[in-house]
Amino acid sequence: MEFRDNKAIYLQIAAYVCEHILLGKWKVDEKVSSVREMAVALEVNPNTVMRTYELLQSKNIISNKRGIGFFVAENALVNVKDYLKTQFIEEELPVVFRNVYLLNIGFDELETRYNTFVKETFNP
Amino acid sequence: MIKINNLNFGYSKHQLLFKNLSMQLSNGHIYGLLGKNGAGKSTLLKNLAGLVYAESGTLDVLGFNPAKRQPALLEQICFIPEEFYLPSVKIDAYVKANAAFYPNFDHPYFTALLAEFDIPVGQKLINMSYGQKKKVIIAFGLATNAKLIIMDEPTNGLDIPSKAQFRKIMASALTEDRCIIISTHQVRDLDNLIDTVIMLDENSVALKASVEEITNKLVFKRVKEIDDKVIYAEPSLAGYNAVMPNFHQEDSKLDLELLFNAVLAEKNKLKPIFN
Repeated sequence: MEFRDNKAIYLQIAAYVCEHILLGKWKVDEKVSSVREMAVALEVNPNTVMRTYELLQSKNIISNKRGIGFFVAENALVNVKDYLKTQFIEEELPVVFRNVYLLNIGFDELETRYNTFVKETFNP
Repeated sequence: MIKINNLNFGYSKHQLLFKNLSMQLSNGHIYGLLGKNGAGKSTLLKNLAGLVYAESGTLDVLGFNPAKRQPALLEQICFIPEEFYLPSVKIDAYVKANAAFYPNFDHPYFTALLAEFDIPVGQKLINMSYGQKKKVIIAFGLATNAKLIIMDEPTNGLDIPSKAQFRKIMASALTEDRCIIISTHQVRDLDNLIDTVIMLDENSVALKASVEEITNKLVFKRVKEIDDKVIYAEPSLAGYNAVMPNFHQEDSKLDLELLFNAVLAEKNKLKPIFN
């Protein structure tokens, strides 16, 4: 995993775990990498991974089974999408809106382009 | 784990390097010790390991005064110095002569670390390259299972793959009962590995804070223009890399180099933020 230079590392690790769950690499009720395994794989401090896991626990994306480790939570898929959606709306959408406003792009044009994009990317 | 109280230290009585330096370190952390050349990073580490003696003040490491150099403490300290000497023997002879001083020495772990670092076992230590020697003493040091691990510029001399291996090994070496202190100038080698920053400047501790505390209180980001909120900034391709108070609880990635320069340049603005 490549770290970007402006986002907090524990959040980048959270995004990495969420992606694994969305892509089905880690399924509901499956064990996720232990704090130590994840720290070694990503070459980061185990306390940073612990912070990530605490965050994901508070979002009900993973759950801690005492003494055994962390598992993908029951409603993880819904909760991952909620979490990523909130992040997208708060962080990325304002940048898009700013450009839409500055470049005077109409909603009609935006809608056409969006539909074309979805068609080309997801329904080949 | 470590309590330092009003430490005064100087290599000469007339010129003190540390004046009333106080600080506490606890287990379960990797501390990154930063400072300019000559700020006293190595000297502080040597004080902790009982290799130099303070003028006054108290130093408590695992309940011992390191200056007394009691074996019960020394067997719990692993010190990887920046400059070291290794004798003209092979690794097994070196281990035979030295491992006995560390009752918790883990031979299989040592062998595994040597393999991970790709060290030729049959060669005499003296004929190895600087980087290889360094990897041998790092492996030996970690295999002692000491509670306090002190490393002075450990990534100096390591090649690119070895640096990644080193980070993986250190990530797995941190346990709840261990305290790891790493001094470095190569902040990019270690910036995701350390969880607490200690910065020495002007005879004392200029900053000691966890990465979490730093990024709660400060935000590191690119800005187009500098306004009066900016504490410190450096020009970059697209505007400035700036440090500002974190008024809006933004999450940003700690930029250690920028923080380092900010502490040196704007100590008075940063002090009240961290009091």
